[in-house]
Amino acid sequence: MQDIKRLQKHPKAECILSEPVWFQWVLIGVAVGFVIIFLIAPLLMVFGQALAKGWGAYWEAIREPDSFKAIQLTLLTAAISVPLNLIFGVVAAWLIAKFDFWGKNFLLTLIDLPFAISPIISGLIFVLLFGMQGLLGPWLSQYNIKIVFAVPGIILATVFVTFPFVARELIPVMQSLGSEEEEAALVLGANGWQTFFKVTLPNIKWGLLYGVILCNARAMGEFGAVSVVSGHIRGQTNTIPLQVEILYNEYNFTAAFAVASLLAFLALVTLIVKHVVEWKSGRHLSGTLH
Amino acid sequence: MSIKVEHIMKKFGSFQALNDVSLEIPSGELVALLGPSGSGKTTLLRIIAGLEQPDSGKISFHGEDATGQSVSQRQVGFVFQHYALFRNMTVFENVAFGLRVKPRRERLPETEIRAKVHQLLKLVQMEWYADRYPSQLSGGQRQRIALARALAVEPKVLLLDEPFGALDAKVRKELRRWIRQLHDEIHITSIFVTHDQEEALEVADRVVVMNNGRIEQIGTPEEVYEHPANLFVYQFLGDINLFQGRVDGNRIKVGNSEVAFPGLVGAAIPEDKTAIAYARPHELEVYGESQGENAIEAEVRHIRAIGPTVRLELRRRDNGGYLEAEMTKERFHELKVKVGERVFVELRNLKVFVEDYQI
Amino acid sequence: MRKSKNILPGFGPSLGYTVTYISLVLLIPLAMVFLKTFTMSWESFWKTVTDPRVLASYRLSFTASFAGAALNGIFGLLLAWVLVRYRFPGQKIIDALLDLPFAMPTAVAGISLTTLYSANGWFGQHLERIGIKVAYTPLGIVVALTFIGLPFVVRTIQPVLQDLDKEYEEAAASLGASRWQTFSRVIFPALVPSWLTGFTLAFARALGEYGSVVFISGNMPMRTEIAPLLIRTKLEQFDYTGATAIALVMMIISFILLLIINLLQSWNRRRLAQP
Repeated sequence: MQDIKRLQKHPKAECILSEPVWFQWVLIGVAVGFVIIFLIAPLLMVFGQALAKGWGAYWEAIREPDSFKAIQLTLLTAAISVPLNLIFGVVAAWLIAKFDFWGKNFLLTLIDLPFAISPIISGLIFVLLFGMQGLLGPWLSQYNIKIVFAVPGIILATVFVTFPFVARELIPVMQSLGSEEEEAALVLGANGWQTFFKVTLPNIKWGLLYGVILCNARAMGEFGAVSVVSGHIRGQTNTIPLQVEILYNEYNFTAAFAVASLLAFLALVTLIVKHVVEWKSGRHLSGTLH
Repeated sequence: MSIKVEHIMKKFGSFQALNDVSLEIPSGELVALLGPSGSGKTTLLRIIAGLEQPDSGKISFHGEDATGQSVSQRQVGFVFQHYALFRNMTVFENVAFGLRVKPRRERLPETEIRAKVHQLLKLVQMEWYADRYPSQLSGGQRQRIALARALAVEPKVLLLDEPFGALDAKVRKELRRWIRQLHDEIHITSIFVTHDQEEALEVADRVVVMNNGRIEQIGTPEEVYEHPANLFVYQFLGDINLFQGRVDGNRIKVGNSEVAFPGLVGAAIPEDKTAIAYARPHELEVYGESQGENAIEAEVRHIRAIGPTVRLELRRRDNGGYLEAEMTKERFHELKVKVGERVFVELRNLKVFVEDYQI
Repeated sequence: MRKSKNILPGFGPSLGYTVTYISLVLLIPLAMVFLKTFTMSWESFWKTVTDPRVLASYRLSFTASFAGAALNGIFGLLLAWVLVRYRFPGQKIIDALLDLPFAMPTAVAGISLTTLYSANGWFGQHLERIGIKVAYTPLGIVVALTFIGLPFVVRTIQPVLQDLDKEYEEAAASLGASRWQTFSRVIFPALVPSWLTGFTLAFARALGEYGSVVFISGNMPMRTEIAPLLIRTKLEQFDYTGATAIALVMMIISFILLLIINLLQSWNRRRLAQP
């Protein structure tokens, strides 16, 4: 409590530049209380409920075949959508941070768009595009290709929802780095790929790591969009969050929370990575992880 | 390697950064591009390097057209204003970068690269810092590394963008002298950009004075200082005093004194027209007593006697205008004036410019 | 297309790739909402989106989102202030935890909050005793929306507050302002653009939220049914056009909010750009 210590030495002189000590503690108390009620309690609740019947029941719930299948499908979804959006994020960030062109701001707004759209609508659009009543549905069914209410739809919706994350994280990092180092590399005779891999990539690696982790957390945890396009077929088209919903609605609370705790744990890992990245790169990351 | 720049035009949006710039630099010269910010000097340097493309015009190196060549084909060494050292690489790796990214058949064996980097680090007196990262170096040290890195690829020309701009005053002076020496040693055609006239005049073989995207004058430091082509060059290179007067032949009447001016730059002035004459502070001769009719009477308002020269702030008795005079300490002691005393000023080497510049 | 020619490589390919990817993943699917709506007549569109049940869901979505964003506006400002200006034990952990709603899947948050506030939950049982019901009421929706919008205000204000030079406060104090005057006339005005940005972000996010609300709301038509849920319900009844019409209205509102956010942010940048 630097402020408070200082205050105690010169109580009167400092009051004008800071608040009285008792008032500081009141503010801190209210703020911390708010965080406990709205953040810490829900977090503890997840783990508390998951382990309410002991570790044995916890393992049982996770190893249950349908839940296990859901975990597999979630991993598959993330394994496809995260690399796609990683490549997109890097390319888009390079484009936006390094070049000035007409329509740049519009492009930036488009990249932000999935943040602004309700997850339900994000799912709906794929039903409209690929569903039986949709634009391409009848044509696809001729070839027996099923996209919505099947795994491809889940992956598509996830790609849509998570596509801003890497780009959004990298753009400010690259913009603040400027282009001088890249120019220096080119003057020294490096080609484009050498410049990117030897100069740009090492400079953005921490931001990139965080973007990927965040993208991954969202890809694994997306609920609304996926729930619209999934067929809710147990053991086939259920991801972890959908499995959580099913278990919860069946009043199988311990199992629901056990499976949910995997995602909560992933969220905690994401927060830790963010912290480490901020510490490593010595700066605050942008808060735009909507 | 000589450099020839012909009729370069460059616009950024609606801003005309370079307007029909032509310039020829003989092999082995050290040239300064001098001008205020926004004068286009950095843009010109970047166009020569190939970091920007001109809208029109031609660049040739040693008689060979280089306009269409990419930055890596031009084989120039470029030292960036903020050095642009690769922050994820050590000093050694920075200097070796240009050698290591060459295509395999042109690349030196690793042992030779090592030897060459060490030789360069020795040249810039940084051999003990090979394993440091740029963030662990001072500004002056980074500057030297940036220079070593640029020299590693054996460029035909060396381009430096505000090479001393980000350094504090003392380091600046040292590095200035050092760059001059280095150039005398390796004789590579070099261009550096600066907005500091003292730096340009002291270091360069030739100075190119730029303003508003145009070249105002090209010449040796003596030429541009002693024989400025126009008012802009004159006022950019040092402090000045203004005298409004009526021109009559090659004499100008300032107040009630008439002065001959040897240097009328530009075309003749129509007779009986008012004009403004200029003199630098050290070109004002200050006397304690009247030396004849041609002196201007003034009062001493302030004396600044720091360093080898003394500056007097004077107020003209006739029209209340302020003048600044500079003299040696010896002359000041001879004069024995105090604040509030009356002095007489004689003008030497007055310059009258024809163009209608505004200051 | 390119304004200044930049010598860095890859402009063409990266522009091509970005535009293609955005078109395939984003624009074509989104265009479907408009295409589908155009198959409706104006009358049936109007009838769908002004149906009492739909209007009730809009009203609920708006008021609950506004309440959640307002709560976050107040407590977010307080949290940012406390985290930037004071030092206290556990501060780092609290700061790190603030991002939890970004990282935690909404479904997980939903079941956890519902359990907390249900009649025999940690909070619910005590609130029940004093006659406050949270779970399965509009109040529960506000709680969920407060949770998911919590980081926005804090994270937009924090950097601005951090960069706010102490000199301004010292200047105000030296001119005789009291602490409260300094805060209300010097500090708070500097925070207003980012505060409004954070509020609007939280509001926009809350409007579209589904996962955390669906568990705690109870989903009773006309009472606790939010607009995204109604879209979902219509879809399950295979009323695709009806769902799309409601979605279109929500999307237009989202775009307007996005526009407001962009304007606020450019206002903020201009404010921060002062010498």
